[in-house]
Amino acid sequence: MLFYIFAILAIVSGAYMVLTRNLLYAGFSLLIVLLSIAGIYVLLFADFIAVTQLMVYVGGVLVLILFGIMLSSRVHDKSVLSENVNTVWGTLIAGLIVVGLSYSILKANISSLPWLQTTELNVLGDQKSTVQTIGIKLMTDFVLPFEIASLLLLIALMGAAYIATDKQKV
Amino acid sequence: MLAFVLTLVLLLSIVIVLAYAERKVAAFMQDRLGPTEAGPYGSLQSVLDVLKLLQKEDIVPAAADKSLFKLAPILIFAAVFAGFAVIPFTPDLVPAGIGIGVFYLLAIISLDVVGLLMAGWGSNNKYAMLGAMRSVAQIVSYEIPAGLAILSAVMVCQSLDFQEISYQQGALMNQFPGLEYEMNWLFGIEALGINTTTIGGITTWNIFRAPILLISFIIYFIASLAESNRAPFDIPEAESELVAGFHVEYSGFRFAVLFLAEYSMMVLVSLVAVILFLGSWNTPLPNIGPVSLAYWTTGTVGEVSSILWGGFWLLSKTFVLLFLQLQIRWTYPRLRVDQLMHLCWKVLTPIALGVVLIAGIWRLLMI
Repeated sequence: MLFYIFAILAIVSGAYMVLTRNLLYAGFSLLIVLLSIAGIYVLLFADFIAVTQLMVYVGGVLVLILFGIMLSSRVHDKSVLSENVNTVWGTLIAGLIVVGLSYSILKANISSLPWLQTTELNVLGDQKSTVQTIGIKLMTDFVLPFEIASLLLLIALMGAAYIATDKQKV
Repeated sequence: MLAFVLTLVLLLSIVIVLAYAERKVAAFMQDRLGPTEAGPYGSLQSVLDVLKLLQKEDIVPAAADKSLFKLAPILIFAAVFAGFAVIPFTPDLVPAGIGIGVFYLLAIISLDVVGLLMAGWGSNNKYAMLGAMRSVAQIVSYEIPAGLAILSAVMVCQSLDFQEISYQQGALMNQFPGLEYEMNWLFGIEALGINTTTIGGITTWNIFRAPILLISFIIYFIASLAESNRAPFDIPEAESELVAGFHVEYSGFRFAVLFLAEYSMMVLVSLVAVILFLGSWNTPLPNIGPVSLAYWTTGTVGEVSSILWGGFWLLSKTFVLLFLQLQIRWTYPRLRVDQLMHLCWKVLTPIALGVVLIAGIWRLLMI
């Protein structure tokens, strides 16, 4: 039941985000999409992912987006609106992706997958959250991807600092 | 549902007391009397202020973005109030004891920022817009030293659960499921060989258990002033420059909600500071030999005595921090924007990073 509420919220506000002409409203409906997806994560016992999603996307990315929209909303005294371009191709590709995804989901017959049949309902077991498991996995099995991701972030940070510095005229 | 109502009532009464205290503290620090007319010593002043605000006309500016303007106060208050869900008030009373409470709190507070932007933009007023921009820039930057300071406490406690962190800082530690065989040592150094597990009191508070956390407590406290837009970091509301910042267009009930959200934020950050660093609901009095002061002033878990003692200690420590916030407000002048950023990025963040490193090493001494 809760899942359907979150799912409908996410779909409706996602559709509104795409269809509205006002960029700022699009930004705020993105907030609702992100919140309802966080709710769905919680229903899937992924509490850490849900909170990380809030932290990174709502606290960081969304605020940056809103800042960008607000600072650039009036260029030459004209409000910036999102316009429709590439209507035909966009609809075509989106439609094809929807058809492909629905076809593969229907074909997959998820409820009869062997690992789903054997898993227990009590996913977390004795632990109170998924944090410990995630931490151990990140430091053992997935340490290389983890470190590469941190390196990527460092490079992005250095790039941002370089772009932002005043270039001395030689 | 009961927890919701209880927390709301508790919060409202704390905020009313706080608003009165603010005026009285300000008055005494400036050698004035403050409110004196309403009730004994003017103690009904803030109640009457609220009543007045509720009666006022609800003005929505004609040029404002109406839906955003109306939604913003609700979102701001909801974000702050949602943070109270994970705060343990007594040893066995916590509205929602989730395992990643600390992380959840940090994330849900960031929703507040979106509400501020909404209010600033929806007002369609240049002062409101500038105030919201400043406020958001300040909150987003100060989240980093605050987060690092919290991280060092979490590293020492090895838990993201507020209730588990609370139990670790008192004589009741071994009663928490999962901590039955844990030990507390004086200053957290096992090599000293002084076991404080059953002594409790102030010797097991986090700032005492790992003295490096005293520095991170100070960093957190400074950053939390900035996060709740309090002086000396109140440039978003700088009266002399911006009239009133992001809430300049709000009146009546909507203003009351924004005001409530701001004061709730003060209460919330003080509560978090108390829980993470100052021993949560644990008593400051240690057990000394046969005089088991800690047990006498804690009560038995699951009975009324523990609820009363726990609530008493938690709230009195919170009020001490709140008083400190008021005192700082009336002592220090406002920082400039560049000084604010200098303090955050060049002073607090490097120190906080160092503290995180030392806290990790300290944790190794503790086991």
